[in-house]
Amino acid sequence: MAKTVDQYFDDLRGTRVWRSIFRSGTGSSTLKRALAIQQNVFLHLFSTKVRVRMLSFSATWYLGTLTLGTFLILVATGIPLMLYYHPSVPQAYADTKDLQFVVSSGMFLRNLHRWSAHAMVFLVFAHMFKVFYRGAYRTPREFNWVIGVILLLITLLLSYTGYLLPWDQLAYWAITVGSNIASAVPLVGDKIHFLLLGGNAVNANALLRFYVLHCMILPLTAMFFVAIHFWRIRKDGGLYSHGSEPGTMKTKTDVVAAAKEAQ
Amino acid sequence: MADEKTNAASEPLNDLNRRDFFMKLGLGSLGVAAVGTAAFSYQYLDPNVLYEPSPVINVGKPDRYPLDSVTLDVNNGIYIIHSQEGYFSLSAVCTHLGCLTAWKPELNMIACPCHGSKFEQSGKKIEGPAPRPLPWKRIWLNDDGDLLVDRSTDVLPLARDSFVRV
Repeated sequence: MAKTVDQYFDDLRGTRVWRSIFRSGTGSSTLKRALAIQQNVFLHLFSTKVRVRMLSFSATWYLGTLTLGTFLILVATGIPLMLYYHPSVPQAYADTKDLQFVVSSGMFLRNLHRWSAHAMVFLVFAHMFKVFYRGAYRTPREFNWVIGVILLLITLLLSYTGYLLPWDQLAYWAITVGSNIASAVPLVGDKIHFLLLGGNAVNANALLRFYVLHCMILPLTAMFFVAIHFWRIRKDGGLYSHGSEPGTMKTKTDVVAAAKEAQ
Repeated sequence: MADEKTNAASEPLNDLNRRDFFMKLGLGSLGVAAVGTAAFSYQYLDPNVLYEPSPVINVGKPDRYPLDSVTLDVNNGIYIIHSQEGYFSLSAVCTHLGCLTAWKPELNMIACPCHGSKFEQSGKKIEGPAPRPLPWKRIWLNDDGDLLVDRSTDVLPLARDSFVRV
């Protein structure tokens, strides 16, 4: 009798190499499946068990996961773009044009980076609205809402710093206007403006500072807070689902809705 | 007697045992190091030398600018205006958010393309959102007869000394 794909996969999971890497061996018992999550460095931030109801599309619209998806696309496309881009005044614009018209697949990578950036900003806002209108920010999830607000700010700063890098007229004047808004901060506004640009005007120093912020400081900060954000979901009792919190089913309508859902 | 004195003297020392002492010493050292790091980081991020263009620029001979003309120097962000009273220079950078303004001869005013601020030829504000009028810049003739403008020095608008007469 021929083996099925599942059986081949089970054989693979039984091998010594596989078990040395993943520890949890064959078998699909609840324990083995829980261990598979718990013993994976990427998945161990999450709960080992999740209610099916919480994974339904209507519970979250998958907005948080989609946001992470766009972030991963941005990292994956941003790193290759760095190989052709020099953050210097004479070269930045020419490099951007080269990426668009000369480098193989450059236009694809650059456009993917740009559209994902737009999508990420949109998805972050959509995610926040969904969380807000479902009341998923309430106790015990207040702290994760705060982390979410920090991640929103980091997303906007990533978008803003990336905007300067093509070094065209649009970029130059957008950053001139944006950095002058920072000058409006009482007392220290002008100093913030000076430190942000590394000078009095949008110039070589500003381009380099925005490049380092865009490619190093902000993405690393984002990853740090994303890790806390995900870990907090587990600590706060998993993904939010209506009626999952103790004491939320109060009205008759809620009880009826829950009974219907249970059927 | 002697024992009592020793006890009395060691009393305050008992408030701070060896572990507390080292704990405070350690935390104190870390605090000093943190403040020092913050100070050095701030200094590091604050450039000491800037390779920016000089604020003083040569805008050429006065006869380049005909009477009753407004000339925008795009690269340097200033206007050279030859009026009946003489030559004067005006910043072309909008006082709102730093966009470069433009002279509109058909409307006889200076307008900002970004957010619609409007100014008179003398820099006086006609319409916001700009909070202040366009500042006047110091202008003078050098020994070669060229007009020089110092973009870092504001002068009093419409004052006698703020004009150059040739």
